[in-house]
Amino acid sequence: MAFYEWTPLETASKIRNKEIGVRELLEATLAHAVKVDNEIGAFLRFENEYALKKADEVQAKIDRGEQVGTLAGVPFGLKDNICSKGMETCCASKILGGFYPPYDATVMKKLDEADVIMIGKTNMDEFAMGSTTETSYYKATKNPWGLDCVPGGSSGGSAAAVASREVPFSIGSDTGGSIRQPASYCGVTGLKPTYGAVSRFGLIAYGSSLDQIGPIATTARDCAEIFEMICGYDEMDSTSMPMEIKVLDQIDDGVKGLKIGIPRSYFGEGLDPQVRDAVLKAAEVFEKSGAEVEEFDLSMLDYAVPAYYIIASAEASSNLSRFDGVKYGFRSESAEGLRDIYLKTRTEGFGSEVKKRIMLGAFALSSGYYDAYYNKALQVKALIKKAFDDAFAKYDMILGPVAPTTAPKLGESLKDPLAMYLSDIYTVSANLAGLPGLALPCGFSREKMPIGMQLLAKAFDEGKLLRAGVLYQRETAFHEKMPAVIGEVGEE
Amino acid sequence: MIITDEIIEYVSSLARLDLNAEEKIKIKGEIEKIIDYMDILNTLDTADVEPMSHVLPAVNVFREDEVVPSYPRDEILKNAPDSDEGAFRVPKTVE
Repeated sequence: MAFYEWTPLETASKIRNKEIGVRELLEATLAHAVKVDNEIGAFLRFENEYALKKADEVQAKIDRGEQVGTLAGVPFGLKDNICSKGMETCCASKILGGFYPPYDATVMKKLDEADVIMIGKTNMDEFAMGSTTETSYYKATKNPWGLDCVPGGSSGGSAAAVASREVPFSIGSDTGGSIRQPASYCGVTGLKPTYGAVSRFGLIAYGSSLDQIGPIATTARDCAEIFEMICGYDEMDSTSMPMEIKVLDQIDDGVKGLKIGIPRSYFGEGLDPQVRDAVLKAAEVFEKSGAEVEEFDLSMLDYAVPAYYIIASAEASSNLSRFDGVKYGFRSESAEGLRDIYLKTRTEGFGSEVKKRIMLGAFALSSGYYDAYYNKALQVKALIKKAFDDAFAKYDMILGPVAPTTAPKLGESLKDPLAMYLSDIYTVSANLAGLPGLALPCGFSREKMPIGMQLLAKAFDEGKLLRAGVLYQRETAFHEKMPAVIGEVGEE
Repeated sequence: MIITDEIIEYVSSLARLDLNAEEKIKIKGEIEKIIDYMDILNTLDTADVEPMSHVLPAVNVFREDEVVPSYPRDEILKNAPDSDEGAFRVPKTVE
């Protein structure tokens, strides 16, 4: 087995047992990642100098016999909207190009303190606005399973980096499905934690009431390990919850006795039959393992996407007002006078999808339309939350697809933005209701593209999701499959 | 609803965006299509529903107002397109 096939936990154990040195592993990882990334484009930047220095520090700690983190020495990729001190962080945008944060995001700090090694920043849709990673100002990322397909988005770089085994895991963010959907398209495992479980300090905001940071790895067990490392209260994020969340203590408990609901509405029109069949097959695996699985009616599905896009765009229009050409990043050179700096910098600095969402949000918040759109969306959000509360009174988990189809071809989605928004139908509800969601690979289409399923649970019930994921991955092998591109590149 | 040119002008000025004619037409068309679709929300009766901002029981977080060191000024200013004498530099705004 090649080193890049090791999961984060396997990698860490080999380092602890001195089967491989931290620097040796890191140098091999960087060489492999750079080579594979020529085909995939998952990373915007590699941070070799930082990573190699960190590797030597971690090795020294191990050699001195000091206590190190459970994933000490494991390399990872960080989404480009999460701040890393002194290392460029620009949300794959032009307007924030050349921004070197003077601080680490809390997630980055926690991983750094746990001796895990960030090797670079991963590509994404500009400011996380998109479902394909094609709105990145810098480049499009390719899906490792089909180089003519998108990796999904917005954490497309993070998902593609793991799928192509450039890194054992990565960190993404999820505002409306941005961890789960690319994980699904790329055949890897991704966790969107409960709102408030992981600190958002240092995550450059898109929709503040919806954003959450979470892990992407090949297995649910590794996601559990990483999640426990990054979750918890943070005084720098007053929306992080002051409570302890444990998932590893129940990780091998299986699903016996758990009730899993399958919403009939999730399997209606618009869902690719291949996706439907794969997800229903997964339901059988849970049933055979002792879970009680039944269909039920979950209302409000049709209202989730419109409510989501109003709220997300409204929050974006406010959050992105800070990009004005004064404090950081790009400033238009042709501007004269302060107002002109704002106008020209923003007009030249933002891409078209971002401009559209800022406009949509400013419209929904403007006097005259506030009640009809923004306020209405908040009322609908309350109804969606209630529909899930009712469901979780009966079920431990909800099982459904992540996306209606497998990964679309590059260049197709942006032609019809509304259709692209609609493809978020199964994922946005979890963000509106603040719920945790886990995406797991559960099959392949005839075209050999990965299919993903999604498990949802009530707030702070990540433990149940992850143990169901661990059980499923014990019974199946979809998560072990690797795209051919890795071998092809390796043989050169 | 019909998105007029006036609405696009108004909203782009709120958003501090100076769109060219071509962008305006494109964005207008796309926003109109999206807003049209969003009107499905009006089929729901929400008269008795409280608008929900926070899904979790969020409460204000208070702390003592203590003076603590912040980030080094020069590191913050390194990111600015233009700075001078420890401050962000912008064109003259008051005559």
